[in-house]
Amino acid sequence: MNENAVFTRIQQEVEENPVVLFMKGTPMFPQCGFSAAVVQVLSEAGVKFKGIDVLSDPSLREGVKQFSNWPTIPQLYIKGEFVGGCDIVREMYASGELDQVLTEKDVPRAG
Amino acid sequence: MAMEAAEIERLIKEALPDARVLIEDLRGDGDHYAALVTSATFAGKSRVQQHQMVYGALRGRMGSELHALALQTALPGEEPA
Repeated sequence: MNENAVFTRIQQEVEENPVVLFMKGTPMFPQCGFSAAVVQVLSEAGVKFKGIDVLSDPSLREGVKQFSNWPTIPQLYIKGEFVGGCDIVREMYASGELDQVLTEKDVPRAG
Repeated sequence: MAMEAAEIERLIKEALPDARVLIEDLRGDGDHYAALVTSATFAGKSRVQQHQMVYGALRGRMGSELHALALQTALPGEEPA
């Protein structure tokens, strides 16, 4: 895939799915501690999300870094908006800000 | 692939001259750091933008030479306790 095709795919993913996590490994089997930490936060928050494994596609792994202007994986998108990586997501969860954002953006949650 | 804490601090201060940078080498291996960066230039910026400014200062090293930098940013006077 060339860069444009990768950007188009990323754009589609974040538009079509309310919550998208670009991560190393899968939600069931994260391949990196930082990705695992964000999966853990989202599970605790009761958020359904789509996990996209960047390790399965090198062009996606580099492409999403450029797309978000963010040098590391994981990367969390909520309703098409880049929210942050592991540090920011954990900080937001601890402060209650993540709950607030999910509610404001009307993201479906498990009970 | 490791980086000295002093080098991280130098790069950040080069881009953000007013920054206060506190760095902790979490495992003593020169590869896993936590940094708190305080700067008045963060005013009016979102947290994502603040972190992007710091990553920009590290000029591509974040995610390559520098494997793990747990980052916190703050405005002067608003540092976490």
